[in-house]
Amino acid sequence: MNIAETPFDFVTASYLTRISNQSAGTLAELLTGLEHCSDTSIFHHTFQTLGTHHFLTEGFSNDFAQWVLSATNRNDLAEQLAALDIRDYTSIAALRSDLCRVVQDFCAAQPQLAAQSALEPFYFCESVEVNVPLGRSARTLEEFREGLEHLSHAGFHFHFISSRLRLQLRTNDFSHWLSGSLGLRTLADSVDHIDIYTNTLDSARVKMLRLIDRERRKA
Amino acid sequence: MRETLVVSRIPLDHYAELIGAGEIEELRALAKPLQGRSIEMINSTAVGGGVAEILNRLVPLAEELDLNIKWDVMSGAEDFFDVTKSFHNALHGEPYHASPRDFEIFLAYNEHNRTTLPLDAEIVVIHDPQPAALIDARQPGSNHWVWRCHIDLSHPNRAVWEFLEKFVSRYDGAMFSSPEFSRQLPIPQYLFYPAIDPLSEKNCPLDQEFIEQTLHRYQIDAQRPILTQISRFDRLKDPVGVIRAYRIVKRYFDCQLVLAGGSAADDPEGSIVLKEVRREAGHDPDIKILELPAWAPLEVNALQRASTIVIQKSLREGFGLTVSEALWKKKPVVASAVGGIPTQIIHKHTGLLTHSVEGTAYQMRFLLSHPEIAAKLGEHGHEHVKENFLITQKLKRYLALFLMLTRGQ
Repeated sequence: MNIAETPFDFVTASYLTRISNQSAGTLAELLTGLEHCSDTSIFHHTFQTLGTHHFLTEGFSNDFAQWVLSATNRNDLAEQLAALDIRDYTSIAALRSDLCRVVQDFCAAQPQLAAQSALEPFYFCESVEVNVPLGRSARTLEEFREGLEHLSHAGFHFHFISSRLRLQLRTNDFSHWLSGSLGLRTLADSVDHIDIYTNTLDSARVKMLRLIDRERRKA
Repeated sequence: MRETLVVSRIPLDHYAELIGAGEIEELRALAKPLQGRSIEMINSTAVGGGVAEILNRLVPLAEELDLNIKWDVMSGAEDFFDVTKSFHNALHGEPYHASPRDFEIFLAYNEHNRTTLPLDAEIVVIHDPQPAALIDARQPGSNHWVWRCHIDLSHPNRAVWEFLEKFVSRYDGAMFSSPEFSRQLPIPQYLFYPAIDPLSEKNCPLDQEFIEQTLHRYQIDAQRPILTQISRFDRLKDPVGVIRAYRIVKRYFDCQLVLAGGSAADDPEGSIVLKEVRREAGHDPDIKILELPAWAPLEVNALQRASTIVIQKSLREGFGLTVSEALWKKKPVVASAVGGIPTQIIHKHTGLLTHSVEGTAYQMRFLLSHPEIAAKLGEHGHEHVKENFLITQKLKRYLALFLMLTRGQ
């Protein structure tokens, strides 16, 4: 049985939503907001919203796309915004740049639509992260499995989704540890390939547990 | 100061079956660094009203997590509550001419309460405008003060808001139910959703037999579709608009409409609206207008659970927690895109948003024609409430706020 030198420490993060004083009533204003809002605001409306809306596995990607769809009825722009996959980003700056580019291209091509009033405004908010250790750590795959099984949604999201920004790597805390500390590269890759857009946090966890069980049977 | 009596004490572990053991473990982990820290919640009423109802459930849960939490109620006589009731309506945007005497009364009672309330906890949470001026008791750098505003401040009466703003701006933070309800303030503002208790009588699981008995009592046919709006008889809830939408649906579906709300006996305006509703309903035997007793949570629960579609066709709304109640019961909801409703209804994901009588009728017809879509909306709505609008989530937000304040984040 592999025993890791560095344990995996399970943490949970709770997010407070801070209301910023910025809102958008048109697509042009959305672009201005995207250009000027804080990094924690971009995080809130993309990474964080995927956690709070994880149960929507069809057609929900981020708050910007959802607002464009429901408040401005621009399916084409909504689709492009929804297609931005947060797994491709290890920095908020890069994600912001692509969000701005997509909206800017649309507004430049259709200036009359850019100025049209939306049905309801978009309110920019920010995430304030408060994390605490769960007092549970793992040095073996068995202990890791047990910790994973007991993790809350927020804890799972913290390690599996928002970790990409913390690590600044195209991976997640779980895969990073499985590969780096237990030497289980294939398992780490399989875990990283679980699609967070088409799975709920619960179904992603179930898939992960199955992958771990398969690995344990191999041993 | 008046004593509060916590009447509801449901152990935290009872929620594990509904939200998962991991979520309870997380609450305990978040609370651990706060054990023994003192927190004082202050509002203006011990019974009745949404704030007292929430504190009644929140405070025991926080106590179970070993927080040194207490709930105090400020005292006031009739003249104070007359003024604060006027302030409340004015902050909601109703026309009101505040006199200097009104402000004097407000300040005098706040000053009196400053001498009787302890106000020495590490974190003081003030609920709503009535006790807002207690902030004058704060010694510089002594403890943390936050203001929880449960009302919609999007279009307040200017004079009343300018008066209150002077106090609110001195808190460490303010919490609002929706970004739309907040104001431009020099202090941080946080989003704190209202919440329902899944184990309360209004939301707990019910025996099918009780649901059937309730339908039988009100002569509602369980075999035909039931469209329901639960709300008081108030023009802002547009019950007449609901009847008009129902009539359009009725051309295509043999359905029934249930309009259920609290008794209008003590509410002169409610009685007038009720008459208008009865007039609009005419002699249609499939429209059931139910005046429920003031406190009939089990009946409301049963009616919601028996409904095919739940409607909330408000013209204006606060947060509209009846929507969360219906979503928790996995009901498809058709509701107006006003107030806090769009926060609960993500259009085409957790329900359907509408902007007119015709739109409401169209979406109901759509759902009656596509029960599989209706079921999916209900399922997603349930998950949305579980993730965001349960009392346990509210507790988690408070714990995160307290941690943030004590850590100086």
